[in-house]
Amino acid sequence: MLRVENTEQAPVEFSAALIAKFDDIKSRYPEGKQKSALLPVLHLVQAEYGWVSAPAMDKVAEYLDILPIEVYEVATFYTMYFMRPQGKYVLEVCRTGPCCLVGAEKIMDYIEQQLGVKEGEVTADGLFSWRGVECLAACGFGPVLQIGPEYTFYENLTTQSVDTLIADLKAKANN
Amino acid sequence: MGRKLLLQHINAPGINTLDGYRQTGGYAAVEKALKTLSPDDVVEEVKKSGLRGRGGAGFPTGMKWSFLAKPEGVPRYLVCNADESEPGTFKDRYLMTKIPHLLIEGMIVASYALGANTSYIYVRGEMMPQIRILEKAIAEAKNAGFLGKNILGTGYDLELYVQPGGGAYICGEETALLESLEGKRGNPRIKPPFPAIAGLYGCPTVVNNVESIAAVVPIINEGGDEYAKIGIGRSTGTKLISASGNINKPGVYEIELGVPVEEFIYSDEYCGGIANGKRLKAVVAGGSSVPILPANLILKTINNESRLMSYESLSDGGFATGSMMGSGGFIVFDEDQCIVRNTWNFARFYHHESCGQCSPCREGTGWMEKVLHRLEYGHGKMSDMDLLVDVSKKIEGNTICPLGDAAAWPVASAIRHFRDEFEWHVTNAAEATTRNYGLANYADPLPKVEKTEA
Ligand SMILES: Cc1cc2nc3c(=O)[nH]c(=O)nc-3n(C[C@H](O)[C@H](O)[C@H](O)COP(=O)(O)O)c2cc1C
Ligand code: SF4
Ligand code: FES
Repeated sequence: MLRVENTEQAPVEFSAALIAKFDDIKSRYPEGKQKSALLPVLHLVQAEYGWVSAPAMDKVAEYLDILPIEVYEVATFYTMYFMRPQGKYVLEVCRTGPCCLVGAEKIMDYIEQQLGVKEGEVTADGLFSWRGVECLAACGFGPVLQIGPEYTFYENLTTQSVDTLIADLKAKANN
Repeated sequence: MGRKLLLQHINAPGINTLDGYRQTGGYAAVEKALKTLSPDDVVEEVKKSGLRGRGGAGFPTGMKWSFLAKPEGVPRYLVCNADESEPGTFKDRYLMTKIPHLLIEGMIVASYALGANTSYIYVRGEMMPQIRILEKAIAEAKNAGFLGKNILGTGYDLELYVQPGGGAYICGEETALLESLEGKRGNPRIKPPFPAIAGLYGCPTVVNNVESIAAVVPIINEGGDEYAKIGIGRSTGTKLISASGNINKPGVYEIELGVPVEEFIYSDEYCGGIANGKRLKAVVAGGSSVPILPANLILKTINNESRLMSYESLSDGGFATGSMMGSGGFIVFDEDQCIVRNTWNFARFYHHESCGQCSPCREGTGWMEKVLHRLEYGHGKMSDMDLLVDVSKKIEGNTICPLGDAAAWPVASAIRHFRDEFEWHVTNAAEATTRNYGLANYADPLPKVEKTEA
């Protein structure tokens, strides 16, 4: 069960650039239906901050002129929104049937072992977390994982390709 | 080689761009429909084609369109369902990645037919790369005058937007999708009213799958009658099949409906046979929600006729000995796969994805997951199988949306066809955690293929 973290965080201010993106999305719906922008706006917030905090949600509510609870209930319903800080890179591995037929469980075990953290935890250097997610509509190319916020896909995973991926991400982060 | 209508030009250079797409005849359907056909003519062609919804339910698309209410002064909407989350299904992602303009073109023609001036493509949030691809394609189409105000000088206006979901299988159910598009939790609505009367923002709305919308393009180009000549019986046209699991060539295949299942699995044109020279144990033919069938029943119907890839043939025998076409997610299990483990995996999926509104679904999926977990991990009881069937019966038909049924059927069918394997998990609990039950008596009738060294 996802919960809104009741943290004492400073209020959030969205940048003008971010607000401009929100405005663009809001213009796609009829007058008075601006609440439709909620899911896309939350994606933008997460891409900016790495997760969706309570103060950020309050600010989104203010922007869309809806109640904070309307934002909380949506953010906690959908699995893509992180309700607590994550690693810089979140490895989301598909754990559903078809991928398991071609070895997804072994890949998850291997990632856990390589990163040294359990599902949902963050590595000490803050770089990685991982979790199992449900079918990513790439079943013919499994095992597969995705990394947000671009949701790049890595298909036909092997322990070697996982090694390479982790090494590449570490190198990228240190540059 | 079967005819291809959707993926025909998939490997043409630059097919993902407007220019490349136009070079293969792209946007001819928009020209033809908007300039030479009335909206009702377009609906008529789609009716004649016999096209059935490719999202899973198989409801005739033309008929669905003709149910759309048209009250004066109220906007109507077309919403494309690109939520694609049914385990085993990955054709829509493939189509949007490779040939996005086919979907855009279909959206323009379908919106014109329905009299919609604003349409949305609801794409599951995980498909951010596909969302970018579609947005780029929309911008190109708009630049070329196929979208926006006064399209091709015909006076027809259309704005097309892409909307991301937030990661929830249930948002593939059409009313949950509409709730989500309105910025709410994905809780399915009680029907009636159907979306055709009160859909998005309470206005008349049609929701169609990506592949259904794309199929409108060849239907308009070639005519509904021509389309209907392809296929078999009431299964007209071509269908995209997502093939996954233990096969030599997993991927997306466009088939003429009516291809024999055996040919689909074993021929080199399609799956290329079972991987690693193993034998076929079972198939889930239409996405995780449909009943699983053992090899002997997927290849032949109970009357010993060859089973075909068509809506009718796949469901031949009802739930006793048949399955369903569903979304065309064709999942193949080889002899080393454990049916109990897979059934548990799917039950866990449905429990995770239940929106929680109805108690039979919310609680029942949880119980099924728990009981299957204990069977898989060697703590099951002989009475568990009857318990599972009982729970599945209490879910089926007693819920707001079909997710309940979708969760119940895989469990009930696995026990129906593989009861001996479940029982073996109870009687040989220790062994069951370390080795697989194997093929028993449900192997395919084809001989084991010895792998020949090249
Ligand atoms: C739980 C559930 C999930 C569904 N998921 C999808 C989906 O991901 N994509 C889809 O097109 N239809 C899905 N459907 C079917 C839709 O409700 C709807 O029937 C379909 O979008 C209609 O389009 P069509 O007539 O073109 O098939 C789902 C249905 C249920 C009950
Ligand atoms: S059947 Fe399940 S998913 Fe569908 S509305 Fe009821 S609780 Fe929600
Ligand atoms: S099961 Fe892994 S992508 Fe579908």
